[in-house]
Amino acid sequence: MAKIIMTADDSASVRQMVSFTLKQGGYEVVEAVDGKDALQKLGGCKVDMLITDLNMPNLDGIGLIKGARALPSCKFIPIVMLTTESQDSRKQEGKAAGATGWIVKPFKPEQLMAVVKKVLG
Amino acid sequence: MIDVHRQAFKEEAYELLSELESSLLELEERPDDIDLIGRVFRAMHTIKGSGSMFGFDDIAHFTHEVETIFDMVRNGKLQVTTTLVNLTLAARDQIKAMLDGSDGGGGADLEESGRIIAGLRALAAREPAPDAAEVSEPEEAKPAASERVTYRIRFVPSREIFSCGSNPLNLLAELRDLGICSVVAQNACAPSLEEIDPEACYVHWDVILTTDQGLNAIKDVFIFVEDDCELSIEAVAQHDELSADEGYKKLGEILLERGDISADEMREVLSKQKRFGELAVSSGIVTEIKVESALVEQRHVQAVRQEKQTADAGNSIRVPAERLDVLVNLVGELVTVQARLSQTAAGRGDLELSNIAEEVERLTGELRDSALNIRMLPIGSTFSKFKRLVRDLSGELGKEIEMTTDGAETELDKTVIEKLNDPLVHLIRNSIDHGIELPEAREAAGKPRYGTVHLAAVHSGDSVLITIKDDGAGLDKEAIRTKAIEKGIITATAELSEKELFGLIFAPGFSTAKTISSISGRGVGMDVVKRAIEALRGTIEIASVRGEGTRIMVRIPLTLAIIESLLVKIGSDFFMLPLSLVDECIELTRQDVARSNGRNLANVRDHLVPYIPLRERFMIKGEVPDIEQIVITEVNGARIGFVVDQVIGEHQTVIKSLGRAYRNVEGISGATILGDGSVALILDVPQLVQSVEAEAA
Repeated sequence: MAKIIMTADDSASVRQMVSFTLKQGGYEVVEAVDGKDALQKLGGCKVDMLITDLNMPNLDGIGLIKGARALPSCKFIPIVMLTTESQDSRKQEGKAAGATGWIVKPFKPEQLMAVVKKVLG
Repeated sequence: MIDVHRQAFKEEAYELLSELESSLLELEERPDDIDLIGRVFRAMHTIKGSGSMFGFDDIAHFTHEVETIFDMVRNGKLQVTTTLVNLTLAARDQIKAMLDGSDGGGGADLEESGRIIAGLRALAAREPAPDAAEVSEPEEAKPAASERVTYRIRFVPSREIFSCGSNPLNLLAELRDLGICSVVAQNACAPSLEEIDPEACYVHWDVILTTDQGLNAIKDVFIFVEDDCELSIEAVAQHDELSADEGYKKLGEILLERGDISADEMREVLSKQKRFGELAVSSGIVTEIKVESALVEQRHVQAVRQEKQTADAGNSIRVPAERLDVLVNLVGELVTVQARLSQTAAGRGDLELSNIAEEVERLTGELRDSALNIRMLPIGSTFSKFKRLVRDLSGELGKEIEMTTDGAETELDKTVIEKLNDPLVHLIRNSIDHGIELPEAREAAGKPRYGTVHLAAVHSGDSVLITIKDDGAGLDKEAIRTKAIEKGIITATAELSEKELFGLIFAPGFSTAKTISSISGRGVGMDVVKRAIEALRGTIEIASVRGEGTRIMVRIPLTLAIIESLLVKIGSDFFMLPLSLVDECIELTRQDVARSNGRNLANVRDHLVPYIPLRERFMIKGEVPDIEQIVITEVNGARIGFVVDQVIGEHQTVIKSLGRAYRNVEGISGATILGDGSVALILDVPQLVQSVEAEAA
């Protein structure tokens, strides 16, 4: 069965790119437009991995990671955050909240797939 | 596909920009509204991030400056002022211009960009930002270092590693992908079952990795967990520097290097002069598992060294085949010149010259042998292709067939191997299609369901014998006979030996298969196979026992470049016959010719042997000597003689092709140059026989 990956990002173009790349790689994708939306959807379905942006309206990435880790179904799944180079402190914050890894924006589809393979096995 | 993403980004960016405009205008009214500031920041952030992802680098660079300012505003380091809003609005227009420009429109004014950035920087009152291009470029993987190094990695994840969603097993799998890897899990820290926390990680790993990817590749594996684990990576051996026969470190040294024991402890244990590992464990200094892990390291490095050694032994250079051909040709010329030198030296009677000539002869011989050796390849690569063929065909036909091979290491000239491929494929197809029965039929005959096709190659003298053997139904002699009569190949009364009967299979237009399948062809196969084998100066024979199977033997000379041949003379011309075909030589006197009444038959020990007078055949003028010679050859199981003036003797012949103009000359397969520089033609014996038979019929 194909593994399910959620992508949470307020940028439609990034979501589209991530989603397209993952689907090409044989994964199923659930999209969420911000942290709140993501957390709501996580409550309803089981995903194998979460890829989230850090800057989002309503609930940001850090909040989403913390919220997800509190859910039993998401306690051990890999969570990867999308950061920019200017956010090193945010990266640490994300790690502390329970993120597994990060991808530095901008990234190429191959880089995304490499990270997904790395954490998802 | 990327255009779709670019388009999506542009649409999104336009949307964000119009939102940005209204946010900025609102912000001018309420400069302290945190929500508004956040919205502006996020808009800039998205445009920057997505922009560079889809190739809008100019926009990303520019927006980066604005984003930086708003990051400061967001963190309370900078106040929103009218100047800031004005500049940001100008920046927003600039970004829009850049977006418009990306479709080949007017584009943005670079000076304007510079002015806006300068203004923003002045507001931030800081040094010029580090070049954005430098940071926004994605990190490329560094080119792999080619040197192989063995690393000792100790990876001690924190207890809580699982709660970050990291799976240590994935990391170990990644390490395995980097090279040769030995992993030992250390679980000494695990508490008893009652105390264990199932969500904690108690195991750590010692990994010995030999890789040519370099230290950074290993560090990259652990990049996400480097803060959550203790990680030590040490290079312990560099395989390209150390010679392979050097022994690796002693067990005690490894434990010492790893910090598992102290130097004093090591000395103490060593003084007891027993096996270090057992002693260290029994004296309680280290646990068994630690010793085990060190031993793994020892074995790993030794194994890698050994492998390197074999790799060194198998070192090879790839050389284009044409260069080898040139080399062999040159060696051929050299052999010719050397023969002339020897002849001249012998004629002069000059001792000194004779010595040199002998030396040259010896060296030339060695050179020739090694030059020919270079062209030799093991036949195994062809064999493995056949395995695939057998597998595919047996599936197609619903038969269960196993293929076994023998002598894959047997070496043959490269050209020969290539030219052998098609005939062998055909023979194997025949075995599968006609030979091996269906599983049910086999069981009924008391044979195993699985049919076997055995392919073997073995050296025998100056040739290679390739055998294709199946344990199928065997040849049906009566069917062959009936078919041959039907096809008019033999007459109904012909008495044929078993060998001759089987030989009929190779006759043109013969096929016993009841149905024509795509596999065994249309009965044009076997004669083509025979011709191909003969073109390689080889022979093919068939033996079969009804119900037990068929065996096909193909005999091929080792090389096409040099043959042993018999040198003969007719008039003043020299000719050569391949020695492998020659049986014997007898004299032919005028009386014999007179007695045979013009029927070209010689009586050899009470057997009649037909002969071909080559002088007539080649229309060579001149006096016929009183005693001629008949060279008797065996071709396709029949003895046939060739009449020549004089038999000179055996000769090692470097074959030269005749050149394009003479390619179609019948009866001549090539030429060679003799010691005195004259040319001798090499007779194509089977073809000569065939054409004479055709004329007679």
